[in-house]
Amino acid sequence: MPAADASRAVPALEVENLRKTYSSGVQALKGVSLKVAQGDFFALLGPNGAGKSTLIGILSSLVNPTSGDARVFGLSIHADRGGVMRQIGLVPQEINFNQFETPFDICVNVAGFYGIPRTVAKPRAEKYLKELRIWDKAFQPTRMMSGGMKRRLMIARAMMNEPRLLILDEPTAGVDIEIRRSMWHFITGINRAGTTVILTTHYLEEAEKLCRNIAIIDHGEIVEDTSMRRLLSKLDVQSFLLDVTGFEGTLPQLDGVKLTRLDDQTLEAEMPSTHDLNALFAALTAHGITVTSMRNKTNRLEELFVRLVERNGNGAAA
Amino acid sequence: MNDLARPRLTDAPTYAAPVRARANFVALGTITRREVRRMLRIWTQTLVPPAITMTLYFVIFGKVIGSRVGPMHGFSYMQYIVPGLVMMSVINNAYGNITSSFFGSKFGRYVEELLASPMPSWVVLTGYVSGAVLRGLLVGAIVLGIALFFTSLHIAHPFVAITTVILGATIFSLAGFINAMFAKRFDDIAIVPTFVLAPLTYLGGVFYSVNMLGSPWREASLANPILYMVNAFRFGILGIGDVPVWVAYVVMLAFVFALAAVALWLLRKGVGLRS
Repeated sequence: MPAADASRAVPALEVENLRKTYSSGVQALKGVSLKVAQGDFFALLGPNGAGKSTLIGILSSLVNPTSGDARVFGLSIHADRGGVMRQIGLVPQEINFNQFETPFDICVNVAGFYGIPRTVAKPRAEKYLKELRIWDKAFQPTRMMSGGMKRRLMIARAMMNEPRLLILDEPTAGVDIEIRRSMWHFITGINRAGTTVILTTHYLEEAEKLCRNIAIIDHGEIVEDTSMRRLLSKLDVQSFLLDVTGFEGTLPQLDGVKLTRLDDQTLEAEMPSTHDLNALFAALTAHGITVTSMRNKTNRLEELFVRLVERNGNGAAA
Repeated sequence: MNDLARPRLTDAPTYAAPVRARANFVALGTITRREVRRMLRIWTQTLVPPAITMTLYFVIFGKVIGSRVGPMHGFSYMQYIVPGLVMMSVINNAYGNITSSFFGSKFGRYVEELLASPMPSWVVLTGYVSGAVLRGLLVGAIVLGIALFFTSLHIAHPFVAITTVILGATIFSLAGFINAMFAKRFDDIAIVPTFVLAPLTYLGGVFYSVNMLGSPWREASLANPILYMVNAFRFGILGIGDVPVWVAYVVMLAFVFALAAVALWLLRKGVGLRS
């Protein structure tokens, strides 16, 4: 194997039998093992309290593991904490910067903590604050910024050491759709340029849209670890909401399709994922019904997520 | 798009010792600078109050009461209390700076910026201690400057004066850091200054010579670390002291090493910081 390929085989992240029991007795992680390849855009999903943030906390040195190991680009969190931290950029779930400092100072200081001199840190801070569209607030105290701006600042701060592994713990929580899209655009660009990205989010549409591989964690255990495509292919039934005209109250009987009336303008069609949609439209047309628009009833990943988590005994998840 | 399109390293780079040393130096400078900027940003809370308090001490104890006390070891009472009051403000401000700053970073969770960085624990500790010592020295210089409005001073042993004040500030910065690590509420950082620091300071020979005390109070006073700092600094300024200056150095250095070891151990374990 050529040298470059051999080193490429070193995963960006390799978690081995990681366990965490808090002093309260809560077992947050029960032997989690996971691999994330270099360059991947990886989703780590799970219901609240599943262990996602504990796992991220251990990787970013904020939580001490009870046992097990994690290696980042081959470096162990136990043997070379400093080396591991140099590879990682962390966007935590909670706002955790000094509200009395300015975004520019926060970014330059964090770069300093990584040993990056101010002469390098200053233009870099300007670059990322501009890319994330908060440069106009760069010299105002952060307490005067909106929630969305604070979230973007945390991404800019995480980029100050230009990490090879960027970990985002619910980065778009509480952010409006326009800003969320601009954040997706930025993060996708970072990933295309070679940075491995691990994303946790409660917006499953976001994970489905952005991520290539996925792990679902529940009750401190990995219940699914596969590619997004393979996971979505497991969904054998799909439901569509159809906006229609010409429906006069009698539902037509169609082979392989369960049709339900929601109101006179909306029908729900549930069918195997292999079912031919053209045949559905043809049958409806034959009954004088015209489909004016259609959409998925639920997000596909959301459907699978709920099923997996319910199967693992967490009925309250969603 | 960003400039991450640069050629990617294929596996984790290793950092040679000189590179790490340079990075640690930058990190240390960053924390110290941040601490100094914080101190200067809130100067009405950090620099003005000790100046006002000590002016009152000089007026009331030095001028009004001191004029009736008479000379102490050949110096006016005002001259006698100046070193103690300077050391008192240095100690209190070094302690107060590090407890409020480090606990504030815990409370606001931005201590995570430090914990999730590659900085070793000793850099974090040294950075915070440097900031606190600098505040102690700045306040000490302000108080000394104010004292010169009330009396004249000839510094007898400048080296002793400077090293003593640095050691005193370092000891109480380290103690304050340990306090802040254990603290869970703001109340927890107010308890030690009120119930430990203030009594030790007032009983540490700031306003009197320990030789004026009878047994067993004199012997009991010798267990007070502040007594050594005050008297060593008084020796540095006036050339007189109640304890041999070498004993004071031994005691102060012992405290510095012991407290630094405890603080580092706590930091490495992540006590009060990592779950």
